[in-house]
Formats: sequence, structure tokens, C-alpha cells
Amino acid sequence: MDTSGKTEVVLLACGSFNPITNMHLRLFELGKDYMNATGKYRVIKGIISPVGDAYKKKGLIPAHHRIIMAELATKNSHWLEVDTWESLQKEWVETVQVLRHHQEKLATGSCDHPQRSSELDRPGRKRKWDEQKQDASPKKPQEPKPTGVPRVKLLCGADLLESFSVPNLWKTEDITQIVANYGLICVTRAGSDAQKFIYESDVLWRHQNNIHLVDEWITNDISSTKIRRALRRGQSIRYLVPDLVQEYIEKHDLYNSESEERNVGVILAPLQRNVSQNKHSNPTA
Amino acid sequence: MYQVIEGIISPVNDSYGKKDLVASHHRVAMAQLALQTSDWIRVDPWESEQAQWIETVKVLRHHRSQLLKSSAQTEDPDPSKTPSASAALPELKLLCGADILKTFQTPNLWKEEHIQEIVEKFGLVCVSRSGHDPKGYILDSPILRQFQHNIHLAREPIQNEISATKIRKALGQGQSVKYLLPDAVITYIRDHGLYNNGSSWKGKGKIS
Repeated sequence: MDTSGKTEVVLLACGSFNPITNMHLRLFELGKDYMNATGKYRVIKGIISPVGDAYKKKGLIPAHHRIIMAELATKNSHWLEVDTWESLQKEWVETVQVLRHHQEKLATGSCDHPQRSSELDRPGRKRKWDEQKQDASPKKPQEPKPTGVPRVKLLCGADLLESFSVPNLWKTEDITQIVANYGLICVTRAGSDAQKFIYESDVLWRHQNNIHLVDEWITNDISSTKIRRALRRGQSIRYLVPDLVQEYIEKHDLYNSESEERNVGVILAPLQRNVSQNKHSNPTA
Repeated sequence: MYQVIEGIISPVNDSYGKKDLVASHHRVAMAQLALQTSDWIRVDPWESEQAQWIETVKVLRHHRSQLLKSSAQTEDPDPSKTPSASAALPELKLLCGADILKTFQTPNLWKEEHIQEIVEKFGLVCVSRSGHDPKGYILDSPILRQFQHNIHLAREPIQNEISATKIRKALGQGQSVKYLLPDAVITYIRDHGLYNNGSSWKGKGKIS
């Protein structure tokens, strides 16, 4: 734990990142500034966790491309990294499980050991923070950090928050666990309905202290959907995504009308799972 | 059908006197850094190097004469050949946001004859901006209406609100502007202590 009494925080963003855009990267910057400015937290890391292909979203291109683009986008960042665990799982993984995975990793990793996940690591792809650990002075005796494990919090935009009310998209108990045990940092354009949404949900209301709404004054509309649309229409996406990402997309011709047809007619994994498990979902109760 | 062959960014002269304007050599340097990786847009410091502020139409005239000169230089030196008709001079158009179109209405900001020359002799490429109604501005102005065929409205389907004003404000409040500006520009701002709650233009004699 940081000896100044602040809670260390790791921001985790889940999503398709199809492709990653400057808007996604801005979420991290805004989330970090906000949490650090409270004086109670110190953001030590940001994790981008692209969803696995088994999510079956329309237009979702293979995870390895999305991962590479995210890595290119965060190449020169000191605190952002891309994590492949979620995307490597065979089945789609609920967000709360991703949070749990990373929180457990932090708990076991708090003795400064480079932590290898028990699931398969992507062969040949070193994770950034592993590289950093190895680059650090190699022969230091390992000392356990004092008390306090960094806390993982879910970083998102208003769209994710409001998706809580889409029938069968989320399990009620998952939403509860996310806001009760982890916490949400939700970046929204100033004046959005996020506060109203929280007010209208008993679960969110109960845990509102663990939901941080961050105003985005310099709003941008750079959604991945619009990026893909622009690419299909031959329009420039320069300055909307990092240069390296734009070059990668162009080089591999990743997004076109065929790619947008992927998973058409396929049910989104969470809907498939939640409906088939016959849960009564009343997500906002 | 047009083919865009070049983009020119022309930072305004310091004596424009706008609030928070940092020294032009900085603004030119930052634009150059931002354009390092561009193969078609460049910065031109001519306007900023003049002794005083110049009207936009004069900047347009200057750049058109530059285009004339360089096209004359690339003409075949053989005097028996006449300049081919197909080597037409590229057209120079003023690129701006819809907010500029609105400023045409501000009393005394523009000379009427300049507005006319800009839309008649050059042409405007106007990118939409949230909160603005460029079609409305055109309809409200007789000159703009008359030359509306020479005013091209480019829609910006992916709106963004990254105004320099907001950037300066964020910087003044110590907030991150990463991914809103090119990294090289952010580094430059930090290295030169710009936009630091006014300390950037202390002692430079600039009127706020």
C-alpha cells in the first residue's frame, strides 16, 4: 500500500476494442486524473482487456488483431497495458469474472513476483509488466509490500452503465458484485443521464459511493462503430485512432463490408447464456 | 471532381492580440511537430512572420501567388513551348470550421469586400461543428448566398469537441490532454512551460 494512505487503484476496461480508438485511451486518462484528484486514490495501472471472439458480436474481428492494435496504441504508455487472458478463454467470460481474475492476480502478485496466470499465456508474447519486472534491478531480495492490495475498478463509458438495463445482458448478481466489491468509474459526457440512471436503480443507488461519475468536457464521438463505417466508406480515420493503429488497419485491410457481416444472425454470448440459464432478470432492481 | 494535393496551416500573427495567444514561434513549432508524420499537410510561417496582423484574404492572395511562382518554375524552360493548358493552377481554398462562417456576421470583424473576394475568387471548405448551422449562416447572408456554389460544406460525422480553448483550460488545471494532441506537441508544451495558467506569456508583452 502506498504509505501516504492512499488506496492504489488499477483501472480495468473491458470491451470489444474493435478497433481501439483515441476515445478509449481518453477514458483512461480521464479516469486516472479523476481518481488521483480525489486525494484518496493513486492509479497505478490501466488494463485493456479485449473481449474474446466467443462474444459473437456483429462485426467483431479476430482477437489477435484487436490485441495487436491495442498494444500498438499503448506502446508508448508508461501505465497502460493490454491483457490477453479474457480473449484467450474458449468461452465468453462475464465481466465480473474478469474483474475477479485481475483482483486475485493483484492479491497474489503483491509480493513483487512477476505473476504468471495459470491459464495459457500467449506463446511468444510477453506482457508488458513482466518485461518491466525483469528490467528492474534483478537481484533485489523480494520483500512483501506492507498491507493493502491495489483495488481493481471497472472503467467504462455511459453506454456500459446504461446497458445494465438491457434484458438478459447482465446477471443481476453480477451487477451487484461489480458495484459492491469492485467499483465503477464511468466517464460520461457532461449533462448525460448517468446520474438519473443510477437514481432509478436500487442496486446502483445502494452502492453509489462506489460509482464514480467523471465528466468528459472535451467530448468526442469517436466510437469504434463510426470508425468501421468510415473505413468502409473510404474516409480517413487519421487523428481518430493512434497512427500505428491506423497503419495496421490499412496494412491488413481489417474492416470492410465482409468483416462487418461477421456474426450476423448469431446471438450475442451473454444473451445466449442468460436466457438459456432461465434466470429471471430484473437487472435494475 | 477535386483532388486535394496539399494542406497548409498558417498560424496567425502575434499582433492579432487574441487572449492566451502564445508566441508564434511556439505555435509554428507545435504545428510542425503535429505534422511530422503527414505527407500532405504543412505549416507555413509567412503570415506569422509579418510585421503585423494580416487579413485572411491577403494570406490567400500570398499563397496563390506562391503557387503561381512555383508552377511557373516547373514549366518547361524551352521558350518555344507554350504553357500547357492542362497544367492548370491548383485552386486555393480556405478551410475552416463552421464557427468562422458565423464570424462573417460579426460587425467590423471582416471587410465586406474581403468576404466577397474569399468566396468568389477562392472558395471555402467549411467543416461542420456542433452548435453551428452553416447552411443557415449562408442563407442569412446575401454574399454567401450568391456564391454558395463555392462554399463546400464538409460534414464531420465523427464529431469531436477538441477546441484549443478547452485544451488550454485542461492544461491550466493540470489535466491530461494525451490522445487529444499529438504526443510530440504535448512534450513541447511541457518542455517550454506553455499554457501554464498564464505563465507562458508573462513578460512577453502580449495583451490578453
